[in-house]
Amino acid sequence: MRYLLLKKENFNDFISALAQIEKVVAPVAAGYKNFSFREVKSGKEISVKYIPTILPPKKYFMPQKEKLIEFNKAENLFDAVLEYEKMIIFGVHTCDLAGIQCLDMVFSDKPKDANYLGRKNKLIIIGLECNDYCDEYASCKVVDNHIPNGGYDLFFTELNDSFIVHVNTGLGEEIVEKTRLLVPAEQKHLNELEDVRARKREIFKDEVNVKHAELAGLFDKAFDSKVWDDLDKRCVACGNCTNVCPTCYCFDILDNINLDFNTGDRTRGWDSCQTEPFAKVAGGENFRKTRGARQRHRYFRKFKYPVERYSRYFCTGCGRCTRTCMAKISLKETINALAAEQKK
Amino acid sequence: MKTAKLTDSEYLIKTGKILRTKQMTKQEKYFEIALAGGENLNHEPGQFVMVSVPGVGEAPISVSSSPTKKGSFELVIRKAGKLTGVLHNLEASDTVGIRGPFGKGFPTQILEGNDLIFVAGGLGIVPLRSLINFVIDNRRDFGEVHILLGCKTPQDMLFGDEVEGWSKRTDVNFSCTVDRADPDWKGNIGLITSLIPGVTLDPARTFGVVVGPPIMYKFVIIELLKKNIPERQILVSLERNMKCGVGKCGHCQIQNYYCCKDGPVFTYEQIKYKKEAI
Repeated sequence: MRYLLLKKENFNDFISALAQIEKVVAPVAAGYKNFSFREVKSGKEISVKYIPTILPPKKYFMPQKEKLIEFNKAENLFDAVLEYEKMIIFGVHTCDLAGIQCLDMVFSDKPKDANYLGRKNKLIIIGLECNDYCDEYASCKVVDNHIPNGGYDLFFTELNDSFIVHVNTGLGEEIVEKTRLLVPAEQKHLNELEDVRARKREIFKDEVNVKHAELAGLFDKAFDSKVWDDLDKRCVACGNCTNVCPTCYCFDILDNINLDFNTGDRTRGWDSCQTEPFAKVAGGENFRKTRGARQRHRYFRKFKYPVERYSRYFCTGCGRCTRTCMAKISLKETINALAAEQKK
Repeated sequence: MKTAKLTDSEYLIKTGKILRTKQMTKQEKYFEIALAGGENLNHEPGQFVMVSVPGVGEAPISVSSSPTKKGSFELVIRKAGKLTGVLHNLEASDTVGIRGPFGKGFPTQILEGNDLIFVAGGLGIVPLRSLINFVIDNRRDFGEVHILLGCKTPQDMLFGDEVEGWSKRTDVNFSCTVDRADPDWKGNIGLITSLIPGVTLDPARTFGVVVGPPIMYKFVIIELLKKNIPERQILVSLERNMKCGVGKCGHCQIQNYYCCKDGPVFTYEQIKYKKEAI
C-alpha cells in the first residue's frame, strides 16, 4: 500500500469533499478540555489536536441503544433488524483504532454478532496519529498503541505543512479517487514521517512500572490484592469508567412496547459491570457484591481474561477511565500499586 | 438511520406454543412447550433456553425434560420478577418466544459406562431432571445410579409423582430429605449433605452431579471429595444473570468463563480456584 500527501491548505476542502461522499464525523471541541465525535461539514469544525473524546468512536459501532427485534404481537411477527448509517469517521487516534479492533474480535467470535458486523461494514475509518502525548492520563505506550497497528482505511500523520496519508484498503483508495486532493508523497515526506516516529520513540515511554509483556503476569497474582480493598472504599459505582471505555461492550437487553400494546421492539443498550445489580440473579444472590470486586473485574477484563481468550490486552491506554473517574481512581496508579505490592 | 432485516441474528426467536401448564407449588409453575412446525428443540441435558414474552422481556430458563422426550420440552419457572410473573399468567395455547438451546450441558458421552450420584437441592432438581430422565431412558448405558434429593419442606417437592416413580425403581438408589417435615413425612429430615456418607460407591468410576443453590455446592462438594470422587468427576450447573445467551453481554461472566457459553455445566476442577463461582 502507498503513502500520499495532503497539503494543510487543502485540509478543509478534503473534509468538504468527504462530506459530499457520506456523512462525516470527527472530533470537535465540546467545552473545557472536552471533545466529542460529531457530524462535521467542513474541516474548520474539526479539532485536529484533541485529547480522547468523551465517548470513544465505539458509539458508532455499538450504539448506546440499538433495536435487535421489531415485533407485532397480533400478527405474530418478529423481525430481527439492523439499524445502520453509512459514515466516514475522521481522526481516530491509534488508541481508539485498537479499541475498535478489540470490539471486532469480540463480535466476530462465534456466534458472530450480525448487528455489529453488519454496521461495521458501513463505516469508513480514517486514523490520525498522535505526535505527542495527549495528557498525563494516557498509557498508550505500555500497551503498544501509541503507533498505528492497522484497523483503518486511511491514516493521517501531521508533518510540517502537510499530512502524510497511509492508504491501507481498497475503501481508502476509493476515497482518494473521489476526493482528488491527495498527491503522491515524496521521499522527503517519508523522511519527515521517519523523524516523527523517531521523536515519538523519545517521547513515549512505559507509563507504569511494569513492562508490556509483564502486565498479564501481574494480574495472574493480583486477584487477592489489597489494592482492590482500597478501590472498594473509593469507587462510587457510577459506571462512568465502563461507559467511556473503548473496549467495554457489556450490554443489557430490554423490551419496549408501544402504546398500542401490540407493536414494539427489543433493544440492547450499554450496561456496566460496575453497577450493583449487574451480576445479581433472580433469587437475590449477587456474585460480585462489593465495589472492590467489581473494580477488580473491570481490570481483569482489560489485562487478563481477554489475553487468555483473544491474546491481547483490552486496555488501549486512552486514559478515559482515569480522566472521567469522580473518585480519582487512576489506572496507572492501580497498576503501579499492584506492582509495588508484588515487589515487596 | 436506515433499517435492514437480518436473517442471521442470534436474537431471532422461535414461537413456542404452550401445550400444558401445572401449578407445582405456590411459586413454581410447569410448562410443556412445542416449537412451531413440530420442530424438536434438540437440546442436551443441562442446556437452557431464553424464554421471552415480547414487550415484557427475556430470561434464561433450564430445560427440565430429557431430549429423549420428542415433540415438546418442559420448563419449570419460579415466579421471581416481572417476566416470570407474566409467564405465570400464561396457560395452554398461549405462546412464548424461544431462543436456544444454549450452553454446554452435561457430558453424557463421558458419563456413559460410569456410576452416577445425583445431588439436587431445591430448584436444582429442575435442570438435573433432564439428565436423570435421560439416564433412566438409557438405563443400560450407565452403571450404578444414586439420586439424592433435598428441599425445604415436603410441600416444596417438585415432580412428586415422578420422584415417587424413581424411588420405586429397583435400578436406582433413591433417598430424599427435607429441612422441615410435617407429620405425614416418612423420609429423612436434615440437610442433603447428611445423605451422602451413607452411600456406598466406587469413587474411581463415579461421577457426582450436583445442582442446587450456591450455598449447597460448597458443603456437598466437601462430602463428595470425602468419598474420594476425583475433582474432574464432580459436575455442577451454575446459575447466573444472562441477557444474550451467546457469550457477549458479560452478565454471566465467572472470571474468564462465560457461564452461558462455557457452562452452565462445569467440573469442580474447572471452577475450584475461581472465586466468585460459588
